Amino acid sequence: MSEEIVSELMRAHIYRLASTGQRVDGRGLDQPRKVSVDRAFVKTAEGSARVKLGNTDVLVGIKMSVGEPYPDTPNTGVLSTSVELIPMASPTFEAGPPRPDAIELARVVDRGIRESKMVNMERLCITPKEKVWILFIDIHVLDYDGNLFDACSYAAVAALASTVAPAKSQGLGDDFPLPVEHWPVSVTTAKIKELLLVDPSLDEERMADARLTVTTDENGDIRAMQKGLSGSFTYEEVKRIIETAQRVGRDIRPLLQSS
Amino acid sequence: MEDIEHIEKEMKLIGSDGRRLDGRSFDELRPIRIEAGVLRRADGSAYIEWGGNKVLAAVYGPREAHPRHLQDPARALVQCRYNMAPFSVSDRKRPGPDRRSVEISKVISEAFSSVVFKEQFPRTSVDIFIEVLQADAGTRCAGLTAASVALADAGVPMRDLVASCASGKIDGVVCLDLNKDEDNFGDADCPMAIVPRTGDVVLLQMDGHLTYDEFQKAMGLSIDAARRIYEMQRDALRRRYSVTLEDILKESPPTAPVAEEPPVTSEEDFGPEGI
Repeated sequence: MSEEIVSELMRAHIYRLASTGQRVDGRGLDQPRKVSVDRAFVKTAEGSARVKLGNTDVLVGIKMSVGEPYPDTPNTGVLSTSVELIPMASPTFEAGPPRPDAIELARVVDRGIRESKMVNMERLCITPKEKVWILFIDIHVLDYDGNLFDACSYAAVAALASTVAPAKSQGLGDDFPLPVEHWPVSVTTAKIKELLLVDPSLDEERMADARLTVTTDENGDIRAMQKGLSGSFTYEEVKRIIETAQRVGRDIRPLLQSS
Repeated sequence: MEDIEHIEKEMKLIGSDGRRLDGRSFDELRPIRIEAGVLRRADGSAYIEWGGNKVLAAVYGPREAHPRHLQDPARALVQCRYNMAPFSVSDRKRPGPDRRSVEISKVISEAFSSVVFKEQFPRTSVDIFIEVLQADAGTRCAGLTAASVALADAGVPMRDLVASCASGKIDGVVCLDLNKDEDNFGDADCPMAIVPRTGDVVLLQMDGHLTYDEFQKAMGLSIDAARRIYEMQRDALRRRYSVTLEDILKESPPTAPVAEEPPVTSEEDFGPEGI
């Protein structure tokens, strides 16, 4: 997997630039890459969004069907998130059952959406204990150029916001848009030595010592967090990262909301 | 899901004016748009929209073949993975390969095996990935057509591009390029792929019911269409790679009178990420 390796020259270059507040692609340390959102890309899905975060390219399709609720939540719909790291997206991805990194990714995206109560799942109950809507968030990574956590989360949020439940074809009245009530935005920060970089590019991510993903809602409240990699953060750093996540989240949220 | 039985009874696939449900005549292709070089990480890539189909193809390699025991000391492997996104069809498809995608992957791998100059790259593998993002019948033909462009985009040496199209029979009439309804409720479907330069058939499948005459008619339609698709493939590559005089002038405005052979080297290779 030679692709996983970042050359010493590039490491030194990235670090030297970052220590003067600059990055290889011209961004500041707390500046995310450009986000573009293409909605309703897939007509066979109930909702979809293709999101580009820099060159990272992610497609999310939402499918809905009717099924049974879990016994412990008889009055709420079911949310299921899965990620496919298809081998098309990177020379390091291989076909086969999801690896731990794909499972972590899906769970972190799921947590942001679930914990923020973005979609009112209680309104997706049809008959308590018997029939509820099942919401499948299928994340297809097409081109991997760093920071899948945020790209996948943005695509999932934008796709959900454009989803129309196919009630008519199930004989359940008129089609209706999903009851969206909150707007989670995930912001990931990578730590390289003592420096903090928002929305790491591929090379930055590969040489990072630690990673922290913070999902905030429209009030700036924290709804989910995930620390990754083997390095560590000081408490001061964690606070700085959260403050940045709140600010960057405010900038990105309108891009996911507008339709 | 729509009420299938109801549709089956009511549906006439060809109207009294000889037009199909989507207004096409029997020998008309759906609109096709091909774009080469659409992904950053892949060595070569292409995107195709073919009627309601949206398909991405990517190529990696020639690269070290995995797993190792598959390596061939005399030539490269050509391995294709055809995959459908869970949201590409009306009823969600469970992620991962099913028997249908495994079969399609195999016949597409074999189709490309006959055009890639495999002997030039012993022990390696040329990996082709086809992702169906939205399906509307004819996805293997669309995928193969896109993968062919992706192979060229990756610079893999080939005898020729491969062009693919299907024909079938609906309401007893042999028609080109069936869409989803026609495929579901029609009588036969026959996807094929050819090497346009030689006319060699490198993929051929059929299901349903065709007389020998009808088969020949179907092949005639498909071969003719494949030649038109071949031109679209070449156009997509030309659009990606033809360097116009304007591009050259933009890259390096002439200081002296333009040399007879304008320099094609650009600073792109070093880009902003250069050290």
